[in-house]
Amino acid sequence: MRAFFGYIAGLLFGVGLGLGGMTDPTRVLGFLDIFGAWDPTLLFVLGGAVITTFIGYRVILRQAKPMWGDSFRLPTRHDLDGKLLMGAALFGIGWGLSGYCPGPAFASIGNSSYPLIAMLFAMIAGWWVARRSPFVQ
Amino acid sequence: MDWTSNIQGLIGGGFIGLSAVFLMATLGRVAGISGILAGLFLDKPNRDELGWRLMFLLGLVSGPLLLMLFGGLGNAADSSQAVIGAPSGGIPLMLIAGLLVGIGTGVGSGCTSGHGVCGLARLSRRSLVATLVFLLAAMVVVFLTRHVIGGAV
Repeated sequence: MRAFFGYIAGLLFGVGLGLGGMTDPTRVLGFLDIFGAWDPTLLFVLGGAVITTFIGYRVILRQAKPMWGDSFRLPTRHDLDGKLLMGAALFGIGWGLSGYCPGPAFASIGNSSYPLIAMLFAMIAGWWVARRSPFVQ
Repeated sequence: MDWTSNIQGLIGGGFIGLSAVFLMATLGRVAGISGILAGLFLDKPNRDELGWRLMFLLGLVSGPLLLMLFGGLGNAADSSQAVIGAPSGGIPLMLIAGLLVGIGTGVGSGCTSGHGVCGLARLSRRSLVATLVFLLAAMVVVFLTRHVIGGAV
């Protein structure tokens, strides 16, 4: 049952990315290029996603626990630290170079190419490095 | 402004939001792609956890394929019929970018979905700051590569 829920969540996510044009790095880079021919599409995708999630979470998180699990697992930290800022900055640089953040990169496997596959393997290697880096422990 | 693209973006965003709400309602998890996939590839094997993460990835991949099956539902920049666009760089650039995205989202505990969608929806201060930082960093990089170095990438 957990696997089925996981599949549906992934499917909705992938459909959303595709409908929104986020599986095209040209759209994403067009949004990031604020001094060029700016493409606002990403802002509409992010806005639609945040508003839907904001409303949905309000309803869902009033329940005692999820339908299939013992508790809601939500981040508990509130402090801002160097890791958060440094990590976000490094991610932003990689995102700006490629036009891919993790969701669209993996969602694009259906039309894959050597550069995309190279990025996916490098990303997994990056996660591996992050878990072993002294910043993380 | 291309309103067809914007409205389709808004609808796409709604689907992403539905995914996040569905995952929280059923499994009680945040729909953060970097967290889900890093766990899938790197956590100690644990059937209960790996199963749903693997199926999430399969769903994520099949979403755009489903749109391609219906045809005309894509929203790529150059051809609105296309769903999945081509990478903008070659293998060396994509290796560097992938490594940065992996290390960055790993160290910063989240990407556009975990911080940008779920975190902002929870009004998390950490996620707001992370989102502003990665947006700004990405915009600076695109400015440098497109307008300073000039079409090198």
